[in-house]
Amino acid sequence: MALILDLAAQGAQMLLVLALAPLLLGFTRKVKARLLMRQGPPLLQPYRDLLRLTRKEVVLADNASWLFRAAPYMIFAATWVAAALVPSFAAGLTFSWAADVIAIIALLGSARMFLALVGMDVGTSFGGLGASREMMFASLAEPAMMMIVFTVALVAGSTQLSTIAEFMLTHGSLRVSLGLALAGLIIVTLAENSRIPVDNPATHLELTMVHEAMVLEYSGRHLAVIEMAAALKLLLYLSLIACIFLPWGIAAPGASPAAYAAGLVAYLAKLTAGAFLMVLFETSIAKMRIFRVPEFLGAALMLGLLGTLLLFVSRSF
Amino acid sequence: MDKIEPIDVQEPWSRVTVDAEAWWRIVLWVAAGNGVMLGLWSDGEAVHMAVARAPDFAPRVLSIACPDGRYPSVGLTHPPALRLERALRDLYGLVPVGLPDERPWLDHGRWGVTHPLGARVPSPDAPLAYAFRPAEGPPMHQIPVGPVHAGIIEPGHFRFTANGETVVRLEQRLGYVHKGIDGLMSGAPLERAAKLAGRVSGDSTVAYAIAFARAVEMASGAEAPARAVWLRAVMAELERIANHLGDIGAICNDASFSLLHAHFGALRERVLRAADACFGHRLMMDRVVPGGVAADLGSEGIGRLRGLLADLRAHLPPLVRIYDDTVSLQDRTVGTGVLTAELARQYGAGGFVGRASGRGFDARRSPGYAPYDQLAFDVPGRTEGDVNARVWLRIEEARQSFAIIEQLLARLPDGPVRAALPPSPEGAEGLSLVEGFRGDILAWVRLGPDGTVARCHLRDPSWFQWPLLEAAIEGNIVADFPLLNKSFNCSYSGHDL
Repeated sequence: MALILDLAAQGAQMLLVLALAPLLLGFTRKVKARLLMRQGPPLLQPYRDLLRLTRKEVVLADNASWLFRAAPYMIFAATWVAAALVPSFAAGLTFSWAADVIAIIALLGSARMFLALVGMDVGTSFGGLGASREMMFASLAEPAMMMIVFTVALVAGSTQLSTIAEFMLTHGSLRVSLGLALAGLIIVTLAENSRIPVDNPATHLELTMVHEAMVLEYSGRHLAVIEMAAALKLLLYLSLIACIFLPWGIAAPGASPAAYAAGLVAYLAKLTAGAFLMVLFETSIAKMRIFRVPEFLGAALMLGLLGTLLLFVSRSF
Repeated sequence: MDKIEPIDVQEPWSRVTVDAEAWWRIVLWVAAGNGVMLGLWSDGEAVHMAVARAPDFAPRVLSIACPDGRYPSVGLTHPPALRLERALRDLYGLVPVGLPDERPWLDHGRWGVTHPLGARVPSPDAPLAYAFRPAEGPPMHQIPVGPVHAGIIEPGHFRFTANGETVVRLEQRLGYVHKGIDGLMSGAPLERAAKLAGRVSGDSTVAYAIAFARAVEMASGAEAPARAVWLRAVMAELERIANHLGDIGAICNDASFSLLHAHFGALRERVLRAADACFGHRLMMDRVVPGGVAADLGSEGIGRLRGLLADLRAHLPPLVRIYDDTVSLQDRTVGTGVLTAELARQYGAGGFVGRASGRGFDARRSPGYAPYDQLAFDVPGRTEGDVNARVWLRIEEARQSFAIIEQLLARLPDGPVRAALPPSPEGAEGLSLVEGFRGDILAWVRLGPDGTVARCHLRDPSWFQWPLLEAAIEGNIVADFPLLNKSFNCSYSGHDL
């Protein structure tokens, strides 16, 4: 019986991230529009867009390979699994012991590899342009992410997100190293999710695109799953920040349904606040020149490194 | 230039027909930097070149007859004429002797006819192969962009040769929105011709209509009533303000700073609504006609415009402060896409593109035309030539336009707004130079029988700005091109004719 309940909770978590991801995107777009004195699209518009895309015909380039057709599903699957592994309303769900945060990074890394590959698959110049930019950013964002994870892991003594969340709840205190890690993680979040100032998810300018340039050739249901994967990724990163740095309200393993409900409310509140702050930051800043991005991401890497080094100097930092 | 031996002098303004030797002398004189070429066009029988020199910039036109369909190339020694000559070859079949560039320009092989204004030889509807300039060296790669873009903009093809992200060469290919304006104008009644002129480039419809109307009025010896002339200026300045405000926002948007885009867009909308309320059309299309204007401005309209100006004066400074104080935005615009003063001068770049690169030319000031000769205003100038300079110039020009409209409204003469054009002798010609928001628009018209237009040529300022964009992007990164392109904001439609 306990196993069934655990599995049900895990299943709920998987469906929850799937259901919430487009809403989060709709929310960021709505907030952005309101900050610009615009009405903005309805909150549910991303769902409608996805539905519309699934109904549309798929247009493929003549020279598209099998990878081009298969990659969207692989990208989606990897991102979905990764997103479902981050504790949202409850920690210690059945599958969370199967993979730690390093596995999550690896899953995202594989998704990125497929995306960059298919960007170049058809051979259009924009795909190659986007793929080369994405890889330039990734070569800095991934090490930065690893350093941030090491910092947190050194503090919490584990790379398991559930354990980290529990540790933060019970032994959490203000630490310099954690502050550095949070700043670094925010930078990585912006870069990984193609947000301003690194990329612009709403741009129509082919020459400035990064993520969009790689998926320009996609249409129909392929595009739908890729967009869904992008939405999931944003949800994943916000959940990650919430889980590590703001674990309050998260339900403990094997908690009552009431605790789960409370955890869900807390989770939604954290997502709302996170998305709002992100959009506020985006509105106040212009996109940086492509060659400034490595400096920006380099800062995240240094923050992570500094956090780790400080912990070697003294465990109390 | 003063030593030309004219073969035939066209009155009332100075068009002289010259022989090949005098033509050459003038071309060399312009190419040496003594003057500026304002336009190069044809009526099928002769090729005309408008030249001017500082400080008065009064246009003088030289014509060279080409009975055998050939004339000495200007582009051979004066590069700004290159594309104009290629366009003339496509449209009329006139061969510029010595022009090294054999490629077509406006003709993409899709007209079903070659030389539509000349021999009109039917041709198969098949795209012409077009050889872009080669990219050499192992790390170079080409990026083709357009003519269909991801956003809703006009069509044009850009071929980048890049070394990684750095642009080594940009080559444009235009002509996708060729409408055959010169052909449509030939034989058109004045009313229809005026409408056509107002649609060459929709964002400059007032400036084009004024340029055409002034040319027609000069040809027929008529004069628009004073009130009409002043109302034209009101409309022209409203158009300038609307375009400047809209484009400043759009430039910021291309740096993904959508906050200013939204606010400037809202300001532009106020201008358009005021224009609609006062003149009955948001863009004031077809409101300027030969002989005057088609809409008068009542006292209510004057009040509305005064209110608009107060509104703009109140709302613009905070936005300008945001532009100037946002470090991330300044980081994108300052030092990006520098256009050198030397190139701006050589090409005679009009408008803010030239004035941001040290060129002081403004057709409202010199050669000048009514009513600007009775108004007090500055011609702002900058020397940096980067995106930031062009943005600032447009801010300052918009402010000047506020002051101009205030003066116009305060001293608006009374009287009729439209006068009937006297029947004019067939073959009478007129020429005008009018400052649109982009720069100087040159209009040349030759009247035909019974109040029709025999020939008309409208030269958009973009003819001399597009090539400069190719130069300004060199050494910048590919991702900065949209920003740079928007800061030039050349017209596709006006250029493609």
